[in-house]
Amino acid sequence: MSEIKVSGLSHVYSADTPFEKIAIKDVNVEIPHGQLVGLIGHTGSGKSTFIQHLNGLLVPTSGTVLVDSVNINGDKTATRDVRFKVGLVFQYPEYQLFEETVYADIAFGPKNMKLTETEIDERVREAAALVGVGEELFERSPLELSGGQKRRVAIAGVIAMRPGVLILDEPTAGLDPAGCKRILETICDYREKTGSTVVIVSHSMDDVARIADRLIVFNHGRIRFDGTPEEVFSNPKELSDIGLSVPAPTQIAAALRELGVRIEGSIYTNEQLLAALLKLKKEDERNA
Amino acid sequence: MLKDITLGQYFPGDTVVHRLDPRTKLLLVVIYIVGLFNSTGWASYAFVILVTALSMAISKIKPKSALKGLKPLIIIIILTAVLNIFYTDGTPIAEGWIVTWEGIERAVMMSLRIILLIVGTFMLTYTTSPIALTDGLEIMMGPLKKIKIPVHEMSMMMSMALRFIPTLIEETDKIMSAQKARGADFDSGNLFQRAKALLPILVPLFVSAFRRADELAVAMESRCYHGGKGRTRMKQLKMQGIDLWALVLGAAFLAAIFVMKHFGL
Amino acid sequence: MSSIISIKNLHYTYPGDEFESLCGVDLEIEKGSFVAVLGHNGSGKSTLAKHLNAILTPTEGEVLVNGMSTGDEDKLLDIRRTVGMVFQNPDNQIVANVVEDDVAFAPENLGVEPKEIRKRVDNALKQVDMYEFRLHAPHLLSGGQKQRVAIAGVIAMEPEVIVLDEPTAMLDPKGRAEVIDTVTKLCREKGITVVLITHHMSECIGADRVIVMSSGKVIADDSPENVFSQVEFMKSEGLTVPATTELMFELNKNGWHLPLTALGVNECAKEIAKELK
Repeated sequence: MSEIKVSGLSHVYSADTPFEKIAIKDVNVEIPHGQLVGLIGHTGSGKSTFIQHLNGLLVPTSGTVLVDSVNINGDKTATRDVRFKVGLVFQYPEYQLFEETVYADIAFGPKNMKLTETEIDERVREAAALVGVGEELFERSPLELSGGQKRRVAIAGVIAMRPGVLILDEPTAGLDPAGCKRILETICDYREKTGSTVVIVSHSMDDVARIADRLIVFNHGRIRFDGTPEEVFSNPKELSDIGLSVPAPTQIAAALRELGVRIEGSIYTNEQLLAALLKLKKEDERNA
Repeated sequence: MLKDITLGQYFPGDTVVHRLDPRTKLLLVVIYIVGLFNSTGWASYAFVILVTALSMAISKIKPKSALKGLKPLIIIIILTAVLNIFYTDGTPIAEGWIVTWEGIERAVMMSLRIILLIVGTFMLTYTTSPIALTDGLEIMMGPLKKIKIPVHEMSMMMSMALRFIPTLIEETDKIMSAQKARGADFDSGNLFQRAKALLPILVPLFVSAFRRADELAVAMESRCYHGGKGRTRMKQLKMQGIDLWALVLGAAFLAAIFVMKHFGL
Repeated sequence: MSSIISIKNLHYTYPGDEFESLCGVDLEIEKGSFVAVLGHNGSGKSTLAKHLNAILTPTEGEVLVNGMSTGDEDKLLDIRRTVGMVFQNPDNQIVANVVEDDVAFAPENLGVEPKEIRKRVDNALKQVDMYEFRLHAPHLLSGGQKQRVAIAGVIAMEPEVIVLDEPTAMLDPKGRAEVIDTVTKLCREKGITVVLITHHMSECIGADRVIVMSSGKVIADDSPENVFSQVEFMKSEGLTVPATTELMFELNKNGWHLPLTALGVNECAKEIAKELK
C-alpha cells in the first residue's frame, strides 16, 4: 500500500553557479494511501519540481522522500523500483508517444518492468479499458489519433505499470471544456476502480477543487495551504493575493458578502452557492 | 543536465567586443585561427594565450563559462593528447618506455591548440547575437549569390537553427524525464542496447521538430516572409572607427606570430 | 460601421478529406470590433481563422479583406499585412533569439526603412508592455510574455485586424489574463479589429460579439449576453456557459427572476443581492 512521506525536502537548481535558484524549500508532507490530492500553484511555484522528487527523477538537495517507508534515494534499486510505484504523467504527455502502434506504446512501461508477455498483455488491456481507449485502436499508429485520444493513450502507458500512486501534471492543459471534463471523469473513475492514490497538479482550481479530498497550495517553493477544499477556500483573499484564480463561485460569494449578503461556510462549487442562496431566500420569505 | 550546455550560446552585453561589427569579428576569428596554426614554439603559444585572455577580459566573459563550453569536446581533446603521447618518436622518458619527451610536448601543444581554437571561436558566438552573426555572414558571402548560391536562405536556416537549439534541448530533457518515468533505462546495457534505448527519445523529438517546423513556416508566412527579396534590416551593419582599430590590432597579432615563427619561438 | 472582412458562402475541404470542414459560412466583421469565435475542437473555428489571412483559400465561396479576395495571389502580401495572426504555441512563432529582432521580422519582410522599423518595434513593444524585455532571449520568458511578444510582432506590421487562434490554450491563468487584457486594450484604445478564437467562455465576456461554431457552421452570432443566456442551447452543443450565467440559470429554475445577461461577477452578485432584499 503506497504512502508518501516527504520531510525537509529542498531542491536547488544549478547550485554554486550564477544561475542558482531555490526551487523548493523545506517541504514536509504526508500523503496517505487512497487520497486524491490537488496540488495547486502558479508557474514557477515549485510544484513541478516537487512531483519529480516523488518518483526519483530529481534527487533532493536536502531532505528525504519515503515511499512505502523506503527511502527512494537510498540505493539504485530503490530509485528504479519507485518509478513503477509512483507513475508520473507529464504535461502534454501525448508528445512522448513513440511506438508504431498504440498497443506497443502502452506496453513500454510494463516491458521495462521485465514482465512476461501474458502479464504485459493483461496490463495493456486493463490500462486501455480504464482510460477508455478501445481495443480497435491497438494496431493504429498513435500519431493518427485525435489530441484527446493521444493523451488517453499516454496516460494508459503510465497506468499500465499499475502504480500505487498516479501523479498527473496538468492533465487537462490545452483541451476544450468537453475534453477537460472527460479526462477528469476518467481520473475519478480510475481512482474508484483501483483505489490508488492520485495527485493532480494544476494551476486552475476550478477543475480540481470539486474532485479532490485535499488541496496543497504551493507558493515560492513552499507549501502555503494544506487542507480540505473547504479549509483552503475559506481564505479566498490570500489565494488571490498569491496570484491564483479562485473558482468563480468563490468569487461570486465574496462579492455577495461585500454587498452584505450573509453567506456562510466555504464556497467553491456552483452547487454549494446555489444551496446557500436558496436557503437564504427561504429564510427571507419566512421572516417576511 | 542538457540545459547546461553553453555551446554557441550568446551572452548579451555592452562591451567594446560586443559592439564590433560582426564582419570584423568574423575576420578576427579567421586571423586568430591562422595565427594559432602558425604558432610553433612555446613563446608564440604564450602570446596567443595572452591575447585570448585579454579579449576575454575585455568582453567580460568569465573563464568559467568559456571552459564550460569545452565540456562536450573533452573526449576529443583527451584522445588527441593520448595519440600524440604514444605516437611521437623521440627520446623515451625512461628506459624501455614508449612515451617520449617529444610526445608529451606535442600532446600538450595539440591539446592547447584545440582548447584555444574552441575558446577563441566561442568568443565570437558569446559576444555576437546570432542574428548579427548570420547577417554578417550573409553580407560577406553576398558575392556568391551571383553564382546562384542561396546565401540568404542558408543564413536564415542557420539563424532558425540557432533560435531553436535551446527549445529543442529543453524538449529533449522533458521527453527523457517522461520516458524515465516509464522505466526507460539509458545508462546500462551494451552499445546496441543503448542505441536502441534512444529511440523513445528520438522519435518524439523528430515528430515534434517537424510539427514545430510546420507551424513556424505558417507563422513566418503570416508575417509576410517571402524570401530575401526586398527585405530590409532594422539593425544596419556599419563599420566604425573601432572596427578599423580592431583589424589593425588583428594584423599586428598576425605579424607578431609570423615574426616569432621566423625565429622559431 | 463598415466591414473590414466579409465572408460569403465559405466552404472548405482539407485536401484528402471526405468531409467539409467549413460548410457555408457567411460573416461580416466590422471595423474596430472585438469578435470572439467559440466552439469545441473540430468545430471549424481554426480553419475559419486560417482563411482570414489567406493561409487557406476557399474551396467554394469568397473571403474579402478590405475588398481584396484572399484567392488573389497578387494581393497576398497586402492581405497579410492587413490581417495579422497570432497562433497557439508561442514557441513556434518566434523566429529570432532576441525579442526586438523578432518584433522587427515582419516590417523587415515588408521592406520598411530601418529607422521606421526601429520606431515601430519600440512602439509595438511598449503597447504590449514588453519594452524593458527588448534585449531578452525569448525562450527564457514566461508563456504570457512570449505571446505578448508575438502580438507585438504582429502590431509592428501596423495591421487593421489581429486574429488570435487560441492564443491562451497553453498558458496559465496569469498569462491568459495578460494576453486578453492586451488585446482588449489594442481594440478599445487603438481601434484595431480583434478576432479571438477560443474555447474559454470567460475570455468572450468582454467581446462585442460572440460567434459560436459547430460542425463547420455558425450556429449563434450575437452579443455575449444574448449568446450565453441561451444556457440550454449552449449545453446541447457541448459548450459551457460562464459560472455566473449557470448560477443564475439554476436560481431562475427555482423561481428567481434574474437577468441572465449579468455576466460579470460583480454584476451577477448585485442582481442576486437585489433579489434577496
